[in-house]
Amino acid sequence: MRASWRSVVVPAALLLLWELCAALRLVDLEFISRPSHIFAAGISGLADGSFFHATWQTLEACLFGLSLAIVVGVSLGIFLGLSTIAEFVSRPSLEGLRSIPSIAFAPLTLLLFGFGLPMEGLIVAYACLWPILITTIAAVRNIEPRLMEVAAALEMSPVERIRKVVLPAMLPRVLVGVRTAAGFALVVSVTVEILINPRGLGYGLIVSQQSLRIDMMYAYLVWLAAIGLLVNALVRLADREVVT
Amino acid sequence: MSAAASRGAAAALFTLLVFALWQVAVDSGLVSRVFVAAPLSAFEVMIERAANGSLWTTTGATALRLFAGWVAAVAIAMMIGTAIGNFRAAYEYLAPTLEFFRPLPASAVIPVAVLFLGLTAKMSTAVIAFGALWPVLLSAMHGFANVPRELREVAATLEMSRARYILTVAIPSASVDIMAGLRISLSLALILTVVTEMQASLPGIGYEIFAAQRTFRSADLYAGLMTLGIFGFLINQALLLSERRLMRWRAA
Repeated sequence: MRASWRSVVVPAALLLLWELCAALRLVDLEFISRPSHIFAAGISGLADGSFFHATWQTLEACLFGLSLAIVVGVSLGIFLGLSTIAEFVSRPSLEGLRSIPSIAFAPLTLLLFGFGLPMEGLIVAYACLWPILITTIAAVRNIEPRLMEVAAALEMSPVERIRKVVLPAMLPRVLVGVRTAAGFALVVSVTVEILINPRGLGYGLIVSQQSLRIDMMYAYLVWLAAIGLLVNALVRLADREVVT
Repeated sequence: MSAAASRGAAAALFTLLVFALWQVAVDSGLVSRVFVAAPLSAFEVMIERAANGSLWTTTGATALRLFAGWVAAVAIAMMIGTAIGNFRAAYEYLAPTLEFFRPLPASAVIPVAVLFLGLTAKMSTAVIAFGALWPVLLSAMHGFANVPRELREVAATLEMSRARYILTVAIPSASVDIMAGLRISLSLALILTVVTEMQASLPGIGYEIFAAQRTFRSADLYAGLMTLGIFGFLINQALLLSERRLMRWRAA
């Protein structure tokens, strides 16, 4: 895509209008703040390290949840993909469970684990599990039947069959599911932090609002958007590395 | 037929087995009742709520909240998507700004919405509408960008007006992509409905679950989760069904 001066017109005009209205006291600063104050708040958040600390707490929960979801999703997915009977029999239970939105489990995990990393990581894992599980089942089903016949002819053990045939053949498709899941992870962890868990970027955001540090709230929001862009770019990069 | 029936029976049996194991685990004291309610006590709560009507009022409140936000999201997304997908100027001016907002987690706007609108139903609708519009917008842009060239050439040869082209060629051609976006946006809207109900103490299934946890009524908590699961499953099925209806012309 060709970068053009047109792309900055709308945001620049909005920011200028905003700053101007604030300077002329046309808007209530207590609610709206102003771009120059937000920029200053962002600099102070970066300088005292609180942004980095909160970012690490959020990403830690994302990584914890995503890794757990990959381990459980891929192993369960291989099992259900290879065994048609098991997949069919467990489908209604899994479909029912999948229909419950991840965030609804926040009160339950709070009851079980209290505040902190485990409760947040588990909700992230639950949300990330489904795309990985579904793509893994589909990937195993789509393995060239001839490959499985060769494995049978060579009298490979089940473990050998999974390691030498199933895993390599299904990898590209499973990665599509992992990419979708990685997108969910950040959203879910920030949501849990806003709602109940006192840690990370989501908590920084809601606390700034509640203590009427409106400039800091917008600074967190901009930072969060930047982190989102970064995570997206990293996932896309990893994708390209694996595919080529 | 008999093979399908026996497979269905096996699936039902497995589901029952899961519930039975869960019930036994609670009854035997293997897991604490404070944290894990027995499925039978959760069902009992659901039946009691269905009988006194509170099940229907809370589900109705959640459904209304969900659809108000979702319909607004779809309407806004379709307007912006149609503009960006069919007018070059709109694309050049708006797309980069939207590209910056897109990776922002939908729930991150909750504090901003609370600041402006307070802990109100309006806030909930605004958050759902903002969060759920992205999947529809992106899929609409993708669909409009991939209208087959032959169709565009035919429209040009027939000297169709821009409005006629959008209505009779572009939207039907992009409809498969748009439908996929609608499905993702509906499940996102349900998540945001539950989150805003919990955040702002608005009546509904999400708030019921939250309140049950605060007062340590674990049977109510599990009953709420089950209600939400059934509700989520039903609205997804309803959307799939209407999608199949609407897309029937394509199959032929």
